[in-house]
Amino acid sequence: MVAARINETGLRRDERLEQLKLFGLGLPAMLLILVILVIPVGWLFYVSFIGADGTFSLENYERMLKRKSYARIFQTTFEISFLTTGLCILIGYPLAYFISGLPTRIANLCLITVLLPFWTSLLVRTYAWLVLLQKRGLVNDWGISLGLWDEPIKMVHNMTGTLIGMVHIMLPFLILPVYGAMRAIDRDLMKAAANLGASPKRAFWTVLFPLTLPGLFAGSLMVFILCLGFFVTPAVLGGGKVIMVSMQIVSNIELFVNWGAASALGVVLLVSTMVILWIASRFLNLEKMTGGGH
Amino acid sequence: MTDRTSEALPISVRNITKTYGRVHALDDVSLEVRSGEFLTLLGPSGSGKTTLLMVLAGFTRPDCGSLKFGDREVIRTPPHLRDVGMTFQSYALFPHMTVAGNVGYPLRLRKVPKTEIGRRVEAALETVQLGGFGDRRIDQLSGGQRQRVAVARAIVFEPRILLMDEPLSALDKKLRDQMQIELRHLHEKLGMTTVYVTHDQREALTMSDRIAVVNHGRIMQLATPRDLYERPANRFVADFIGESTFLPVSRSGKDVLYDGQRLLCEVPQIETDNLLLMVRPERVVLSREGPRDGVNNFAATATEVVYQGDSFLLHADLPGGGQMVLRGAMRGANVTALPAVGESLTLCLAPEDTVLIDGSER
Repeated sequence: MVAARINETGLRRDERLEQLKLFGLGLPAMLLILVILVIPVGWLFYVSFIGADGTFSLENYERMLKRKSYARIFQTTFEISFLTTGLCILIGYPLAYFISGLPTRIANLCLITVLLPFWTSLLVRTYAWLVLLQKRGLVNDWGISLGLWDEPIKMVHNMTGTLIGMVHIMLPFLILPVYGAMRAIDRDLMKAAANLGASPKRAFWTVLFPLTLPGLFAGSLMVFILCLGFFVTPAVLGGGKVIMVSMQIVSNIELFVNWGAASALGVVLLVSTMVILWIASRFLNLEKMTGGGH
Repeated sequence: MTDRTSEALPISVRNITKTYGRVHALDDVSLEVRSGEFLTLLGPSGSGKTTLLMVLAGFTRPDCGSLKFGDREVIRTPPHLRDVGMTFQSYALFPHMTVAGNVGYPLRLRKVPKTEIGRRVEAALETVQLGGFGDRRIDQLSGGQRQRVAVARAIVFEPRILLMDEPLSALDKKLRDQMQIELRHLHEKLGMTTVYVTHDQREALTMSDRIAVVNHGRIMQLATPRDLYERPANRFVADFIGESTFLPVSRSGKDVLYDGQRLLCEVPQIETDNLLLMVRPERVVLSREGPRDGVNNFAATATEVVYQGDSFLLHADLPGGGQMVLRGAMRGANVTALPAVGESLTLCLAPEDTVLIDGSER
């Protein structure tokens, strides 16, 4: 005897209809991504393989390998990205640790001040640094009048200025995920470590730090990748002396009207970012496997 | 782990006060825990019992007072130098370490040789019946298993004092009952001085050598489970431990009266205007044939009768305006017919069950 299966077709149709509705909700976004991301990036790849004579050629990539200036540009880009990420960790991690230990209300207030710079435009913040750091700027004036140094120090139109501006702008991207990771850690864990005989320092390195690693990885990755393609801050504060890949792309288009060369640079930047993401994701998975992802 | 390798230490708490703003979390608390004793701090939430435990562990700094482990004054010793084992309500197991990593953690900090760590970790896991679980990840364990790992980690370095903060509150009832007995056996085996915090009065009665009932940052009564139940110091303790109803009574010379009726009982030597008769529901006897000899008889009217399987509850009004609750066994005549609501009954209380207490709340 087969049991009666009442309403089976109707119920199955309802199920399918529901799935279709969900798909429909995602459709506009998927179309948008296709139009503004997938197609242009495909176009970018295509253009990068077109030479000056309008036929297929590898000359855009060959130029990058041959000319020393390109090597310098890539070196500068990675150097700035590494240094900015490192400085953000050095400044941001202790700050996140400090904020996470505060009572919730005060901690939230602190987080708002961390996010406050996002409310002003990137350009305004960058020019503000230019004003502060220039030869006759506020920082030099105060430093000299307080007797900290005698001659105005050159802090803009060079690597120093670029790094100061970049770190300032990138800091929230590091602090937020690290803070999130710290907040998610059960405070009793640190008490347990102390109770079991760990000094505050030992407890930090054996318990808290390993547990914040996923957040630290995520934050560092975000900062590093954003740095790789950054334009405004190095352009303004570097004063033309610090040239990153993005700036070379701009000059390839604006000065030389060489879309192929600019596209090839874009492709290299995109591919290196993807490689870094891929390597990092392997690290992050490792973290999860050891239970650190909680 | 060999049993009783280290001697247990007594704990001496003297005049400890801790205030948060104007709230006294601990109000001049003094307490002696004997060496090897299982002492429970029992109280409602916010009573100060956890604060006291945190002071013992070193996580809360009191305003003043003295704390001695044996002869050693430790009130200013930071937690990592106190050398006491502790289990937390949330277990506080390190999620990035395996079971063996967790249990071996205190040994690694003490620079114990690697081979010995392995041996002692396995022994501690055997003690809590988790032998062979060393390689498991914490998130692969059930609640009960996590609880056992937490205990193993707290005892593996052979501390002479063990502190436990509501260790069983996250477990379901069956497992909790089982773990109560297990922890009790573990204590008998290892013999370390144990201070246990709970808000569950039955758990406290089951496990403890002595119980300190805490409320408003003070110890209301410190006594053995039996004394606490039979002779509570005041109304708060009587109310918190077990169920009871209270009837106002008055003194008349040497006698004590309820609603003009002289009570057969032992009159306690307590100075109070507010004397109460404490009635435990299971001590009241239902009489269907009217008053009996040699006991206190109360004429009553049943207002509510609740069948509860193994027993029944009967709420009754007394003529003097008081109420009494009776818990009766489901056997004999009660099986065939429980008293009906509105029925007139006689409730009997033997003289030894007629306990008078101080009616104050604190």
